[in-house]
Amino acid sequence: MDLLERFAAGDLDAFESLFREHQCAVYRWIVRIVRDPAAAEDLTVETFWRAYKAHARFRADGNFEAWLRRIGTNVALDHLRTTRSYIELSDDFPAAPSSDSAVQKETRVAVQRAFASLPPRLRVVAQLGLIEEESYRAIAEALGISETATKLRMFRAVRILRKKLTQAGVTL
Amino acid sequence: MTDRELKEFAQNVRAAMPPIQRAELGRDLWPAFLQKTAAPRVRISWFDWALVALAAAALISFPGVIPALLYHL
Repeated sequence: MDLLERFAAGDLDAFESLFREHQCAVYRWIVRIVRDPAAAEDLTVETFWRAYKAHARFRADGNFEAWLRRIGTNVALDHLRTTRSYIELSDDFPAAPSSDSAVQKETRVAVQRAFASLPPRLRVVAQLGLIEEESYRAIAEALGISETATKLRMFRAVRILRKKLTQAGVTL
Repeated sequence: MTDRELKEFAQNVRAAMPPIQRAELGRDLWPAFLQKTAAPRVRISWFDWALVALAAAALISFPGVIPALLYHL
């Protein structure tokens, strides 16, 4: 019996192996959605907790990583629904350096506020697509929706973002 | 909005809000998971269930009190 079959049967030792193998990937995915390292750790644990409880529904021949990513995305979405404020990344949290050093702080704040104002289901798409440059396919798989629906959400998100930014006097 | 406009917009957004490049997990989360599994569940006593049943029975028997209750909530 392989690891996934043992997990599907409810074996905690098998789950521990899977947990240790996938925890970093799940964390990395979630932190890119919530942009809050501390919350992302808690949400990673919550993701595995939901996965463990749902072990009987997992098909052993299925893609465990994709399944986890979908659960993680839902957990992150639930988090965004309860916390609408935007978390500014601290300096000790590694992010790519801004390509334009002249970007004003006001613009940054306006962009962050505009993202925070998006409905969570649009925000996830915009964040992963616009900022993290994930493909429509990857986002669609993580959300369990079609690529067309993902594109539609992206266009709706961009329309709202542009409107909010224009209201804030920022043109991108 | 064309794809080109979308790409341009995305580029400008990334300049203001950079992507997260290296998000490394600082610690092993397995102990936290075990702690979560060991956390005591919220248990509802039989007395609480009895109270809920009593309240439900009262509402079914006297539906006229529902608007009054809603008004006071």
